[in-house]
Amino acid sequence: MTGGEGMPVQTAGNGPERRALARRQRPGPGRQRRTRFPARYSALGLLRRGLTHEDWPAAWTAHPLRPSYDVVIIGGGVHGLAAAYYLAARHGITNVAVLDQGYIGSGGSGRNTAILRSNYLTPEGVRFYDRSLELYRNLAAELDFNVMFSRRGHLTLAHSDSSLRTMRWRAEVNKAQGVDSEVIGPAEVKRLAPPVDVSAAARYPVLGALWHPPGGIIRHDAVVWGYARAASALGVHVHQDTEVTGINVDREQVTGVRTSHGDIATRVVLNATAGWSTLVADLAGVALPVTTFPLQAAVTEPVQPFLSPVIVSGSLHVYVSQTDRGELVFGASVDPFTSYSMRGSLEFIENLAGHVLELMPALSKVRVLRQWAGLCDMTPDFSPIMGPTPVGGFLLDVGWGTYGFKAGPVSGEAMAQCIADGRPPEIISAFGLDRFGAGTLVGEKGAAAVGH
Amino acid sequence: MMMMPCPWCGPRDAGEFRQAGEVVSRPDPARATPAQWRAYLYLRANTRGWATETWYHRMGCRRFITVQRHTETHEIRAAWPAGAEPQGGPV
Repeated sequence: MTGGEGMPVQTAGNGPERRALARRQRPGPGRQRRTRFPARYSALGLLRRGLTHEDWPAAWTAHPLRPSYDVVIIGGGVHGLAAAYYLAARHGITNVAVLDQGYIGSGGSGRNTAILRSNYLTPEGVRFYDRSLELYRNLAAELDFNVMFSRRGHLTLAHSDSSLRTMRWRAEVNKAQGVDSEVIGPAEVKRLAPPVDVSAAARYPVLGALWHPPGGIIRHDAVVWGYARAASALGVHVHQDTEVTGINVDREQVTGVRTSHGDIATRVVLNATAGWSTLVADLAGVALPVTTFPLQAAVTEPVQPFLSPVIVSGSLHVYVSQTDRGELVFGASVDPFTSYSMRGSLEFIENLAGHVLELMPALSKVRVLRQWAGLCDMTPDFSPIMGPTPVGGFLLDVGWGTYGFKAGPVSGEAMAQCIADGRPPEIISAFGLDRFGAGTLVGEKGAAAVGH
Repeated sequence: MMMMPCPWCGPRDAGEFRQAGEVVSRPDPARATPAQWRAYLYLRANTRGWATETWYHRMGCRRFITVQRHTETHEIRAAWPAGAEPQGGPV
């Protein structure tokens, strides 16, 4: 590692210079042409447009690439767009570009199973994800966009004494952090989720469960679109179909970004990608402790509502929820070997179907509509990597494994603060890249993924 | 499905194997600094493209092998016993 220990991150200058930058960018008369804030969505507007067939205004605006930006965010998913939105909304930094090689939300943000929860294992993890859940709960009002948050409760089933023991541990850590979480027995599981087979005759009988009432599901595309629309209205440029081909670094300080549509001068670059985080970090010469695995998911045809909570089984490597539209969404653990391929496999769907039927035998006649894969950047301790790197101005919000979507809002909020203050805020201080060199890992394996 | 050309057992379904990770060289434990040792433990190239990896034939010969695999197409172009030289010299 280069750079001194404890060196503050060099963003676009600290202290007074930073504040001046924020002040300069605050929209004032004649300063810069402000994007017109899109009309607020309302029931009356819906009625009017229903009657007049008038077109809806574009949710966000496309711009040509500027030759320079104060902040360039690589990755137009929920993390990158949330960071851009909070930079503009909370810190007045609006000369920001969000770049995506495809369309926004085309990576992990549009491929996850949209489950939200905060019942993690370490105190650092619990309070972090709980802040995210709080932001998600109020997101529709804040962004004026219906993100369809549905608080269903989250049930993690235990099929062995050891998983029951981990759940008691999680429940106690959760309660100490003020998070609603408790261990319940099989009868209570049956009451909350009647289709689940809790009989002793099951191959892996349900011994109990961790019940987390604040958990739920959300519409992941709407979260991406809502952040993009709100950020765009505040002056942020969202550039789709713009691939980053290089990062210019001069004397350990970022000076610019090369893209498929031209070069950008900038002093601050945030790597908010998933699946490609090591490839982007390589462009800046930063090595990461990350390996990339595909994670597959599948969805069935819609059926009548019969399942309220989100059901997770670590031993059976599966999680199930029913969307508001009635489809069942299934997810699993990551594939058994590293890959950048996003093709589904027959082995996966065979295994998944077997495990789902172990859990809910009544689903044997339901048809799977489609399956897909997303890329997960796994870290050695199942916690993310956030904050500065040895290269000044090159910041990370990566290593999100299988838990990135639920952390989107809090990550955006924390990274925006990190950029504005020039140092990582307390809530992400445990997740720095330097923890791997120092040996202070944040082990979340017991609560972050299924199948361990 | 991915077929793995095991140098001991011939072509076998990849499901019989466990991926042990990319080939990394271990620094001398007696002389490595903690930073070097942790870099060896945690930092990975995570290559997109041709990668040289170690696999374990858990449901077959139970030996470790070295494999050259494309991490995007899953094509395998060579496999040889771990620790040995690849056939036809270094690839």
